[in-house]
Amino acid sequence: MNKLFSKENKAVFLAPLNIDNPILVQILGICSALAVTSQLEPAIVMGLSVTVITGFSNVIISLIRKTIPNRIRIIIQLVVVAALVTIVSMLLKAFAYDVSVQLSVYVGLIITNCILMGRLEAFAMMNGPWESFLDGIGNGLGYAFILVIVGAVRELLGSGSLLGFKLIPDSLYANGYSDNGMMTMPAMALIIVGCVIWVHRSLNKEEKK
Amino acid sequence: MKLNTNSNTYTIIYAAVVVVVVAFLLAFVSEVLKAPSEANERIDKKKQILASLNIRDVDNQQVESEYDKVIVADCVIDSQGEVVDAGTDKDQTGFLMGSKDITPDRLPLYVCNVDGAKKYVIPLFGKGLWGAIWGYLALNDDCNTVYGAYFGHQSETAGLGARITDLDFQEQFKDKSVMNADGTVGLKVVKKGQVKDDAHECDGISGATLTMDGVSAMFSESIAPYRAYLEANN
Repeated sequence: MNKLFSKENKAVFLAPLNIDNPILVQILGICSALAVTSQLEPAIVMGLSVTVITGFSNVIISLIRKTIPNRIRIIIQLVVVAALVTIVSMLLKAFAYDVSVQLSVYVGLIITNCILMGRLEAFAMMNGPWESFLDGIGNGLGYAFILVIVGAVRELLGSGSLLGFKLIPDSLYANGYSDNGMMTMPAMALIIVGCVIWVHRSLNKEEKK
Repeated sequence: MKLNTNSNTYTIIYAAVVVVVVAFLLAFVSEVLKAPSEANERIDKKKQILASLNIRDVDNQQVESEYDKVIVADCVIDSQGEVVDAGTDKDQTGFLMGSKDITPDRLPLYVCNVDGAKKYVIPLFGKGLWGAIWGYLALNDDCNTVYGAYFGHQSETAGLGARITDLDFQEQFKDKSVMNADGTVGLKVVKKGQVKDDAHECDGISGATLTMDGVSAMFSESIAPYRAYLEANN
């Protein structure tokens, strides 16, 4: 049991949450971070689904890593991810139809998320299943965490609400406040991600080599 | 024995095995889950039709019974206004028709009874910015004023085009007239704040112009074939 949660494994899990965050440091998964963050809710759901799928695809690839022919490894990784995503989407459709309607295209988009391929190639191909699982969950949560920040900022400033609940009182609108339509555009997501990276780098100056 | 994982034979066999295994797995899962997912789709469609009749937030368990109570028939009509199939056995004829089955000779139409008043529901199919959009438009028994509307979408932009599913967007269609005086479809969405013809036009969603154009086009394309029937029954 101690071995399962050794110092190295903790680092594998925790690093992607902060100093090795997939979006902020590895710059992976930016595309979906721009696409699904105009509201908080899809951002949360997308973050969680990516977490689950990175976790499990990392485990599967790690289990078969020694048998995969080197020249077609990317194709094999892609097949595993695509199969997993398809199965998850079918399961959702059968047992959680409302969630699957809400996710609609996002489920399919997970296949193209660079974090998945990036982690499979960089970690799962060289490490055991348990470490790979931790790495997958860690990276997924690191990704989800940034999505939630960007989604919250964009929804609050762009539509004056969070998770669909109006937060900015009508009296403020009456006094001339108006929602910033720019925030709902993908371009603003890029700028917000840029700001988050800036803050993150300034906070972690010492830890950088 | 150490396998040479780089040999051509190994690579080809490996790829073939993986593909076959994955194909079987996917086919198996899809077959096992077919029944529950089809049931879910049917309930979802019924829910959308009920939503267009302003019966919203029905519990999933109650959808079927509520639908049976409200919908009288899912008939099939043609563009001459003749009823091709009366569809009184429900869920069988008009209900099973998807967007591809609709031709000028076969148009699904739901005849409903809400608290004693006769309503008609017309299914709408169109294209948004990124993918399909659809909806159901409920008309009063004069076959012209809107009783309620429901819209759905496949993949419109969250926060912009996707807001056609919002209640406030759908509610503004209530009491609008569908047809112009000359018999063409007049119902449409215009830029927010630029409604000139209050009887036919609704406010659009800012930032979602292309989805709004899609909604307007969906009205004119999907409703036009019903003209003869609507005129004959008002």
